[in-house]
Amino acid sequence: MAALTPEGPVAPLTPPAVASGPVGGAGRPRRIRVWRGAILAIAAIYFLVPLIASFTFTVKAPEQDFSLDAYGQIFSAEGFGRSLLLSVGLGVATIAVVLLLTLPAMLAVRLSIPKLKPVLEILCTLPLVVPPITFVAGITTVLRLGPDYLASTPFYQTIFAIQDENFPIVLVLAYVILALPFVYRSLDAGLGAIDVRTLVEAARNLGASWPHLIFRVIVPNLRSSLASASFLTLALVLGEFTIASLLNFQTFPVWIYTISGSQAQVSVAVSVFSLLITWLLLLVLSSAGARQRSGS
Amino acid sequence: MNGAKVELRGLRRNFSGTAALDGLDLTIESGELIALLGPSGCGKTTALRCVAGFEQPDEGAVLVDGKDITRVPANKRDAGMVFQSYSLFPNLNVRDNVAFGLRVRKVPATKRHARAQELLELIGLPHIGGRFPHQLSGGQQQRVALARALALEPRVLLLDEPLSALDAKVRVSLREEIRRLQLSLGITTIFVTHDQEEALSMADRVAVLRAGRLEQVADPATLYDRPATPFVAEFVGTMNRVPGRIEGDQVAVLGQTLPVDGDLPGTPDVDVLIRPEAVLLTPDSEADGMVLVSSFRGSTAQLRVQLGDIEVLADVPGHDSVRLAPGTRVRVKLVERPVLVSASSGATTPATAPVPEHDVV
Repeated sequence: MAALTPEGPVAPLTPPAVASGPVGGAGRPRRIRVWRGAILAIAAIYFLVPLIASFTFTVKAPEQDFSLDAYGQIFSAEGFGRSLLLSVGLGVATIAVVLLLTLPAMLAVRLSIPKLKPVLEILCTLPLVVPPITFVAGITTVLRLGPDYLASTPFYQTIFAIQDENFPIVLVLAYVILALPFVYRSLDAGLGAIDVRTLVEAARNLGASWPHLIFRVIVPNLRSSLASASFLTLALVLGEFTIASLLNFQTFPVWIYTISGSQAQVSVAVSVFSLLITWLLLLVLSSAGARQRSGS
Repeated sequence: MNGAKVELRGLRRNFSGTAALDGLDLTIESGELIALLGPSGCGKTTALRCVAGFEQPDEGAVLVDGKDITRVPANKRDAGMVFQSYSLFPNLNVRDNVAFGLRVRKVPATKRHARAQELLELIGLPHIGGRFPHQLSGGQQQRVALARALALEPRVLLLDEPLSALDAKVRVSLREEIRRLQLSLGITTIFVTHDQEEALSMADRVAVLRAGRLEQVADPATLYDRPATPFVAEFVGTMNRVPGRIEGDQVAVLGQTLPVDGDLPGTPDVDVLIRPEAVLLTPDSEADGMVLVSSFRGSTAQLRVQLGDIEVLADVPGHDSVRLAPGTRVRVKLVERPVLVSASSGATTPATAPVPEHDVV
């Protein structure tokens, strides 16, 4: 997670700046093409070598050269389905909460109190600089001390009322905070690309109520940045280990870690498998973004 | 559809200490096109936004047909607006943009599309219903925005510098078209602009605003010929300031005595405000005036003439510019008409006659 820079993950969703025109054999474009190939090759080696190594490790078997046994075992392994579902469910809930929280806040700040924009930006970026271990230590402390001081407050009573052993709300809340920087960045870029004020005023002038204008005007024009915010959040939740592990919840990454002690091959197979799922999601979301761009 | 009567009563609006509107009173008659004209920061856009409901006045009221709408939210008001920046919804095609207001009001799709088509024909773009905003030129986008504003048959049309982002040719043709539509629909229209030519050529009446107050409201010809204040005189069109001296109720200027229009300032030394086209030049090798610069504009030419230690601007017919080439000695005479005077702008002679920067727009 620490390796994700705010701009980095957004990049795949923006259209590649294709500069190569139909220039017939001029010296410079060819040199650029060679360099481009070289850099691509280096990057590919960097990413592919560990992947291929993992894959060869998973298909090795004592008797034969090639076996997909480890992948078959994934689905029958104890706890696989439950932990994957839990992680995906947490991801979806986190996306819903974080978007419901940030989009209206960012709209309000942009439209009526632009002076607060730097404050909001700092607040939303802060989770990036707080190490997860500090964060989880803080959460544990609050959870331990909370009931003593806050038990009578409506906030805490709500938390008590909605808590559920199979679906840890506290993780959703923690992930919402972790996802804030990425969601803020994507939405800020999306909002910066459209003239929000004019669109809002035009829609108001035509009689649109606030909900109508948010769902029919703002959201459709933010589709690709909402998609990228959702994707980043989902990727983050599917890969988050520290907090879930320290709070003793069996999410997907925690489950991978747990079985890696007993079944090394299966755990690596699961990692490769989850990488594939993540890539698929990325493809789906970026093609949705591309479709929108060509459509409007 | 008939236009509504709009009244602005004592509008006041402060933005962190500076008054954008400082007690603005203005009545816009039913079916009239009024232009709000003024330098940037004079409050013209704020006034318009108060009518649209995007701005709440600190004091005062906005009345439409005698009904106070000051506290009515923007989406419940009966006013269509065209914005300065392109405001079409990028995710919707032209037809859906025009029909947006009808959709909000849950008009059935077939009826909605028929009405959109009707409006696209009205603005002369019947074939572009399926296109998206980014496929249109700036002029087309503003036309569609106009159609969208008219789709709900509002009784007031608000135009917030809708032409300022367009190039000169499109601007002229579109303003004629807006005027044509406005006249045929009889819709009350408030048009905000900083372009005096636009205001003078389109409006029934022009309201000149300065620092949040109404300076003068009059039809274009009156505004130009008989400006009520020196500010209006200099803001609308080009004005020379020539030093003169009050003699009784007349003023002596450049060897002539002209009647004074409007108030007399307290001091005898004054600046006399004279339009360039009221300065007549005749070539005369004996005279003390000399043409310094000539800028040819086709039908007219504007000449800068040195007269002793002052300079004046004179507009002459374009074909006279050869006769009055730079370096020519000329005799200067002023057209015999009442003139406006204002207190002298300074003890020193205004060596450079003021050339207002909004001279050519």
